[in-house]
Amino acid sequence: MKTLEELMALRDAAKANLTARDDSSEVTRIVVGMATCGIAAGARPIMAKFVEETAKRGLTNVTVAQTGCIGMCRFEPIAEVLVPGKEKVTYVQLTEEKVARIVADHIVNGVPVAEYTIGAVTE
Amino acid sequence: MYRSHVLVCGGTGCTSSNSQKIIEAMEAELKAKGLENEVQVIRTGCFGLCALGPIMIVYPEGCFYSEVKVEDVPEIVEEHLLKGRMVKRLLYSETVTPTEIKGLHDTAFYRKQKRVALANCGVINPEDINEYIAYDGYQALAKCLTELTPEQVIQIVKDSGLRGRGGGGFPTGLKWSFTAANKADQKYVVCNADEGDPGAFMDRSVLEGDPHCLIEAMTICGYATGATEGYVYVRAEYPIAVARLQIAINQAREMGLLGKDIFGSGFDFDLFIKLGAGAFVCGEETALMTSIEGNRGEPRPRPPYPAVKGLFGKPTTENNVETFANIPAIIRNGGDWFASMGTEKSKGTKVFALGGKIANTGLVEIPMGTTLRDIIYEIGGGIPGGKKFKAAQTGGPSGGCIPASLIDTPIDYDNLTAIGCMMGSGGLIVMDEDNCMVDIAKFFLDFTVDESCGKCTPCRVGTKRLREMLDKITDGNATLEDLDKLEELCHYIKDNSLCGLGQTAPNPVLATLKFFRDEYIAHVVDKKCPAGVCKNLLQYSIVADMCKGCTLCAKKCPVGAISGTVKQPHTIDPAKCIKCGVCMDSCKFKAIIKK
Repeated sequence: MKTLEELMALRDAAKANLTARDDSSEVTRIVVGMATCGIAAGARPIMAKFVEETAKRGLTNVTVAQTGCIGMCRFEPIAEVLVPGKEKVTYVQLTEEKVARIVADHIVNGVPVAEYTIGAVTE
Repeated sequence: MYRSHVLVCGGTGCTSSNSQKIIEAMEAELKAKGLENEVQVIRTGCFGLCALGPIMIVYPEGCFYSEVKVEDVPEIVEEHLLKGRMVKRLLYSETVTPTEIKGLHDTAFYRKQKRVALANCGVINPEDINEYIAYDGYQALAKCLTELTPEQVIQIVKDSGLRGRGGGGFPTGLKWSFTAANKADQKYVVCNADEGDPGAFMDRSVLEGDPHCLIEAMTICGYATGATEGYVYVRAEYPIAVARLQIAINQAREMGLLGKDIFGSGFDFDLFIKLGAGAFVCGEETALMTSIEGNRGEPRPRPPYPAVKGLFGKPTTENNVETFANIPAIIRNGGDWFASMGTEKSKGTKVFALGGKIANTGLVEIPMGTTLRDIIYEIGGGIPGGKKFKAAQTGGPSGGCIPASLIDTPIDYDNLTAIGCMMGSGGLIVMDEDNCMVDIAKFFLDFTVDESCGKCTPCRVGTKRLREMLDKITDGNATLEDLDKLEELCHYIKDNSLCGLGQTAPNPVLATLKFFRDEYIAHVVDKKCPAGVCKNLLQYSIVADMCKGCTLCAKKCPVGAISGTVKQPHTIDPAKCIKCGVCMDSCKFKAIIKK
C-alpha cells in the first residue's frame, strides 16, 4: 500500500460487496414476493435475476430482499421497488426479460417501466 | 454478489454456546439447497448481547435471531433464506411489535449506546481486511502518514481528551508526548491486552471483533512517538483473540500496511504478539514489560517511567486495547468530535462488561456521564426476578462499589473517584439483595491473595492478613475493634505497596466498609449474615407448624442431620448440619427457614 488513492479504490470495491448490510434509508430496496404463490409462479429465478443484474452493473446502493405474500397471488411473481423519497412501484407477472429492463430503466435511470406495473395490468 | 448476508457471532461467549457448529451447519444446509452463491455466512465478533447468544443477524432484513440452536438452522434456511419468511419464534422479543419488526438499534439494549471502540464488532468479518477497509479502515493511518506531522497527531489525541481506558485514566495524548520527547535509537509501542479482572472482557471482544483497528492505532502511535516496533501482550487464555490478531497482522503485512515504507512515507513499523501466562500482575505496565523481556512478571518501582526507560530499557508507550480502539475514529473525525461526547473531564465513550444479577449480560458502550440507573434498568434490562438492587461493583479487584443510594451518579472517572470507587477496566457486576457485601469483599481478596506476585511485603503479607480478618468476621468471631484494625491495615497496604495491584487491593474492602458498614456490624455484633450467604452464621431450622412430616428432607440430607417420624414435625440437629441447603430446596411446604 503506497498511496491514499490505492486505499480508497480498495475501499470502494470492498464496500460494493457489503451493501446488503447497509440498513440506512439511503438504499434502494427491491423486494420480491416469496410466499408459496410467488415461489410456485417462479419467483426464485426472478430474484436471482435481480441479484445478477444489480451485481453486473456494480450498483452499490441497491439491496434485493424477499418478503411474504403481497396479496395478489394471481399476479405473481411480484416485486416492489422502493427508491428513497419516491413512491413505491409494484411490478407484476415478472419474467427475466422484464427484470433486466426494470433494472436498466428504473433502478439505473430512474424511469419506472409503466407497462409492467400493477396499474397497467389492472386497468 | 451475495443477496443476503448471515452474520453469526464468533465471540468467545457465543462460540462456547456452539456458534461455530451453527456456522458449519448453515454452510452445509445452504449448499444442500443450492443457495451457497446467493447467501454468505460471516463469522463476526461480539454483538454485545451475550446473554442471548448464540446470536445471528440476517441481512438485508437486518432481523435479529437470538439463542439459535444447531437444530434451528434447517428452518432458518428453508423459511427465511429460501422463502423469505422470518422465523418469528427465534426473533429477539424486544424487536417484535404487533405491527412491525424493529431493527436491533431501536431496542432498549442498543438505543442508549454509542459505539466508537466497538463500532465494527459484530458488523464486519474480523478475518477479512477488505471489510475493515470498506468501513473506512486504515484511512486514519493514511491521513497521519501523508498529511500530518507526529506533533499534529499527538495534538489531535490531546484535543480529544481521551484518557487511558485500562483503569488509570491518564490522558493518552500527554502519555504519547512524553515518549515522543525522548530521543533514542529505538522506541516501542506496547498494547496491554492482559485483561485479568474477573468479569471484564471488552479488550478480548475488540481483539476478536476488530483486530485491524488495534493494528492501525498502534501504527499511528508508533508514527506519533517515533517507535518502529510494537508488541501486543495478550493472555494465552484468549485463543480466538490471538488467532484473529495473528491473521490480521499477516494480512496487514501482505498489503504493506505493516512493514517498510508504509504509504510511501518512509515510515517503518512492525507488530508482534507476545503471549502472557495469565498472571494478573502482568497487567501492571512495568510487570508487563518485564514479562515481554522474558523475565518473571514482577513490577519495578517508577520512576523511571516507561516513557523514559521502558521495554528493553528504551522509551515505550503503553496503552490498553480499548484506548487504542478509539484512536482511528478520533483521527478520522477529529479531536473535537470525540470531545463533544461525555462529561467535562471524561470525554468519549466507555465500554462496560455487564454481569451478575442483570437480565442483559453482555458488552455495552455508552457515553461517559450515563447514569448507573440507565445502565442497569434501561440498557441492562433490570434485575431478574424483581429483586432489589443493592450495589454495583466496578473495577474488579481494584475497584469499589456503588450503592443503591448513588444509582443516579453519572459514571465518569472523577465521579467514581469522588465516591471512593474506580472506573477500572470496565467490569460492572450488579448485585441484588441476596448478595452479602462482606462475602463480595472476601471474593476479591481471595483473588488478590492468589495473584499477588510476592515481591513487596505489604501486598504479599498484607492481603493475606486482610483475608484472615474477613474470615474471622464471616465466622462470627470478630469484635468491633477488628473492624478498625481492618480499616487501618487497608490504608497501610494502599500506602506502602509497590505497584497498582497492592495499592488497589484493599479497595473492595474499603468501599464495602464505607457503604455497608451495617452489614459488617451485623456479622460482628449480631453474628448474623443479613443476606443469608455466610454459612457459618446461618442456622437452618424447621417450622413445626408447617412441617407435614413427609420425610423428604430427612431422605435428602447428606449427613443425616434431620430426624423425626412420619407425619410428625421433623427437627434439624445443628451439630450435624453442614448448611448445604438441600433440605430447604427439597421442602414442598416451605417449612425450612434459614436465619
